[in-house]
Amino acid sequence: MMRALVLLVGREIALAYGAGRGSSGFLLPIIFFVAVAVIFPFAVGPDAQLLDRTGAGVIWVAALLASILPIDRLVQSDLEQGFIDQYVARGMSEELVALAKIIGHWVSFGPPLMLACLLSSALLRVDARDLLTLEIGLALATPALAALGVLIACLTAGLRHGAALGGLLLLPLAIPLLVFGAGSLLDGGRNGLLLLAAASLLLTAITPIAAGAALRAGRE
Amino acid sequence: MRKDMGEHAPISKSENYAQAGLCFNDLACVRGGRMLFRGLDLSVEPGEICHVTGPNGIGKSSLIRIAAGLLRPFAGTVSISGGVALSDERLALDLHQPLTKALSYWAGHDRSAPDAVATAMAEMDLLGLADIPVRMFSTGQRKRANIARVLAMNVPIWLLDEPANGLDSASANALGQAMAAHVANGGTILAASHTDLPVTKVKTLKLADYIA
Repeated sequence: MMRALVLLVGREIALAYGAGRGSSGFLLPIIFFVAVAVIFPFAVGPDAQLLDRTGAGVIWVAALLASILPIDRLVQSDLEQGFIDQYVARGMSEELVALAKIIGHWVSFGPPLMLACLLSSALLRVDARDLLTLEIGLALATPALAALGVLIACLTAGLRHGAALGGLLLLPLAIPLLVFGAGSLLDGGRNGLLLLAAASLLLTAITPIAAGAALRAGRE
Repeated sequence: MRKDMGEHAPISKSENYAQAGLCFNDLACVRGGRMLFRGLDLSVEPGEICHVTGPNGIGKSSLIRIAAGLLRPFAGTVSISGGVALSDERLALDLHQPLTKALSYWAGHDRSAPDAVATAMAEMDLLGLADIPVRMFSTGQRKRANIARVLAMNVPIWLLDEPANGLDSASANALGQAMAAHVANGGTILAASHTDLPVTKVKTLKLADYIA
């Protein structure tokens, strides 16, 4: 099983960073994430105090929205091209396939997002202490965001307008991450990181099972 | 019902193949609220090719998918012993990769012998296309690549859905030879096709005899 998992994860990473699923791959959500930080000061003005109060929160919202973008490329094409059926015919469980997709997706989403967050923070003048909280928060939350993305992708893979639906489905599920993540940035709110970790752990742990069931149900 | 065949230890070919086979018992299949067939009993032993025939939409592909464990039968039991290789209309190869690399991905999953991919490509006359990205392939070339993916697997049971679709006569012959060689080795083949298969000595299952 380990061998299969390594091969599956390797393919996911190669596809995300390589030319596989359209050249956009991992880069598009990251560009989107930074773009929000670029345009936000245009909308509210360069008031340092306002940016100081809102900047980190905006980064959280941007991270959530960025996690919607890759959903349509995660599962749909594998399903259409018959990869998933080939895995199942070989006796691999759908849960294993989903777990591999979550790991692979996180590798191409989490670390690049945390790097891009440095840039966003500079643009929004987030101070060093908040930046640290923010990065810890993103490190805790991105596995859950990646897992939710794969779950939604599995749920909507057979649908015609699944991509549009994906955003609507992901946001409510991701609200706990946003509440605890952004909350941890308030004065004395650092304990929010513990709740964020708990929420993220729960979501990451149950999604392979839910996504596996979604893949199975989608075949019937 | 289904034995786990995810992680079979590499055993010798003959031993592995001799105990293989598939058996349907009083099988019924419902798709989209409609019963396609019922009361189907079938057993395919090592060394046998079973040709499932019938007009479009009668449930040939559904039968193949049930055998592959991708669909649950509405009623009845399926027993499969041995690993299965599935070939249907979908290629399941990464389109941007050259053929050798795309096939090697599956060879990695299947723990195939190092030369299995090259042998399979030679059998389906694909060596000239080894370095060409799969997305450039024509319909017939894709079908050959699809069959090569099955050949490289080295499992006893082949499930083929319209294997000769889109093949020219030379490629159909190559497919026929590969199928004959597989059953001569003790393999088992269940093939669905509305046309004749490019092999002799097949037993035929007329799915129309089982429509509800």
